Amino acid sequence: MNEGLILALLLSTASAATPLMLAALGELVTERSGVLNLGVEGMMLVGAVAAFATMSQTGSPLLAFGVAMLSGCALSLLFGVLTLHLMTNQVATGLALTLFGVGLAAFVGQPYVGGVVKGVEPLLFGLDPITLLAFVLCGGLWWFLGKSRAGLLLRAVGEKPAVADAIGYPVRRIRYLAVLFGGAMAGLGGAFLSLVNTPMWVEGMTAGRGWIALALVVFATWRPERVLLGAWLFGGMTVLQFHAQALGLAIPSEFLSMLPYLATIAVLVLICRNPRTILLNQPLSLGKTYHPDR
Amino acid sequence: MNAPPPAARLSLRGISKRYPSVIANDAIDLDIAPGEIHAVLGENGAGKSTLMKIIYGVTRPDAGEIVWEGRKLAISSPSMARELGIGMVFQHFSLFETLTVAENIALSIDRPQAELHDEIREVSTRYGLPLDPARLVHSLSVGERQRVEIVRCLLQKPRLLIMDEPTSVLTPQAVQQLFATLRRLAGEGCSILYISHKLDEIRALCERATVLRGGRVSGEADPRLESNDSLARMMIGGELPACTLNPQAPGELRLALNGLSLTSDDPFGTALQDVSLAVHGGEIVGIAGISGNGQQELLAALSGEKKLARADGLSLRGVAAGKLGPSARRALGLGLGFVPEERLGRGAVPEMSLADNALLTGATRAGMLKGPWIQRSKVREFAREVIARFKVKAPDEDALAQSLSGGNLQKFIIGREVMLAPEVMVVAQPTWGVDVGAAMLIRNALIDMRNRGVAVLVISEELDELFMICDRIAVLADGRLSPAIATADASVELIGRWMSGDFSEKDSHVPA
Repeated sequence: MNEGLILALLLSTASAATPLMLAALGELVTERSGVLNLGVEGMMLVGAVAAFATMSQTGSPLLAFGVAMLSGCALSLLFGVLTLHLMTNQVATGLALTLFGVGLAAFVGQPYVGGVVKGVEPLLFGLDPITLLAFVLCGGLWWFLGKSRAGLLLRAVGEKPAVADAIGYPVRRIRYLAVLFGGAMAGLGGAFLSLVNTPMWVEGMTAGRGWIALALVVFATWRPERVLLGAWLFGGMTVLQFHAQALGLAIPSEFLSMLPYLATIAVLVLICRNPRTILLNQPLSLGKTYHPDR
Repeated sequence: MNAPPPAARLSLRGISKRYPSVIANDAIDLDIAPGEIHAVLGENGAGKSTLMKIIYGVTRPDAGEIVWEGRKLAISSPSMARELGIGMVFQHFSLFETLTVAENIALSIDRPQAELHDEIREVSTRYGLPLDPARLVHSLSVGERQRVEIVRCLLQKPRLLIMDEPTSVLTPQAVQQLFATLRRLAGEGCSILYISHKLDEIRALCERATVLRGGRVSGEADPRLESNDSLARMMIGGELPACTLNPQAPGELRLALNGLSLTSDDPFGTALQDVSLAVHGGEIVGIAGISGNGQQELLAALSGEKKLARADGLSLRGVAAGKLGPSARRALGLGLGFVPEERLGRGAVPEMSLADNALLTGATRAGMLKGPWIQRSKVREFAREVIARFKVKAPDEDALAQSLSGGNLQKFIIGREVMLAPEVMVVAQPTWGVDVGAAMLIRNALIDMRNRGVAVLVISEELDELFMICDRIAVLADGRLSPAIATADASVELIGRWMSGDFSEKDSHVPA
């Protein structure tokens, strides 16, 4: 093995891991506030198409990433209004959001199929700015959740909204902010796919990464530093299976493509075997609608 | 402190609160002086909680006025109450389990955590409430959690502290510790409103008492000059019901634990070590001890919620039952009746009606099933009978379990198990949070079962209760069970020492 290959492997692992990290960290914040948003896949796709469209029209990567985040926010705002104001069921609403996002992205993306844009240039050590940002975000969230007062509030709201309400904190506003953050990060993760990973637009190009991000949050037992680990594990598996395919092993490529997903399931099963790790880390009110006036 | 100012710290005048179906408070007057420990005494549903919610700004009164330190005002929210200097320790704690002590307190008091750590240590040692600010709340015992609530109030330098049934979760020793803290606080000028229905405690601690009955003030007194009987008369409007345990020879062995050892599923639970116990028909055996010493694990092992490694670890009526599930243990041949400590969630399904809850444990008994079909009329009839016999205050058998007050639900759950006519009855905390009248009803029902030859095992934190109804008493401490001693030979001192894990019997020979 030469150094060049190892470096190439590491870099491709990083770019496979980054969209997962971004989306999973966003969802982690959302879930820490007690809200389960299953619409990550939809928000990522909308972010991907919004970024690609903006890039084709303006050629400005900064604007493209910004628009992607805003469109993720817009979708999550819709989710927030439905679940936090109209008190709809979070699971059903999240699934609907994904279906809606998939359809919307396909519709908006029609004129761009087959188009090409200029990719984003590396910034440092061959890494693009968004990948670097994902690392910073991971460390920042670790600090935010563990050390800051605002993070403490977020955890309290996800734990027992009724008690937080009684102490006098705006439960609904905090949850809105968390949901919006989740949307923005999913949008950014999607934009990374269509601008950095493969600078083009293909319908359904997230290929289930939104779902993997959701699984990663559980995998990480709601801790940002473990999201990093999980995302790199998944990214590594993805890259390995590419190389295995390139080597021409006598295994059908479909099986190799399954590998990262199988690995995710295997790790999830291992983690859930010990109910204590989940019990001690899962936000208590996760997925439960909170009615402020009981 | 200066000479006590003549003005009351808090005066309530004609406070009334009406709910659609009930008048919770009817023209209530109350005065508390600075530094006074004032009891609010009353049965469940007498209006104590509503009155405290009004003072703490949770509920607005329909009529009447509140005068705080000479100023007439309306307390519109808990945060306003806190700003005025009113603190409250709730019966059901408002703590976040996954956060540390300091984090919990930081949520109410906006100060840097490092500063808070020091303050928590300082205040908690000064008032004899030792607390480690870095501990996670879920790893604390119930008594320690209460300390967190109290310390949180103290850090806000309250001038009135409301304690809602604070001792319902404490052991005798912890109660004494709490009283010392409260006296010290009062000595520094803080007024204390002490809500309780425990007469002995109020007589030991409080200087004045306002007694509520049916939403009205039914009497005011200096509890130190009153007797339990005279206070009870004000509180329940009649004599304190009594229960008597006539000696009777025990029958056959019904329930036996044989060297039971068990690890806990709970990361902070207590493992049981070599627990052996025999309960015969026609006797009540009590297990005393501070909650968290293996009670939950023992109950899970008895009910069948947790199966044992060895079938003969538990025998019911001579059958090795350790590997049987709850239904098999409840079935006719073994006849186990079981009342868990947790009423909502384990004892009853909160979202289901009383009738459906009756069906849950009664399905295999009492003819509620015919083949695969539920006999709705039988189920309802059974539930109605429980409600009538145990004087459960519920509109009908369709009422949801969660709509009942704790005491009423407990009466229903105990009644349900009693009416299924078990051969062996295991009851945890039978009268926890239940008012005096209902407690006596429950205790008499247990004694009645014993007189009919049922083997009864009671796990309780209330020593008074165990001394009242048990033939024999054992103590569970740190997962080990003491020998079961005849109640007549036991003393509170001995049981107290056993609770600390020292099982020697030397004191039992001292003549009483």
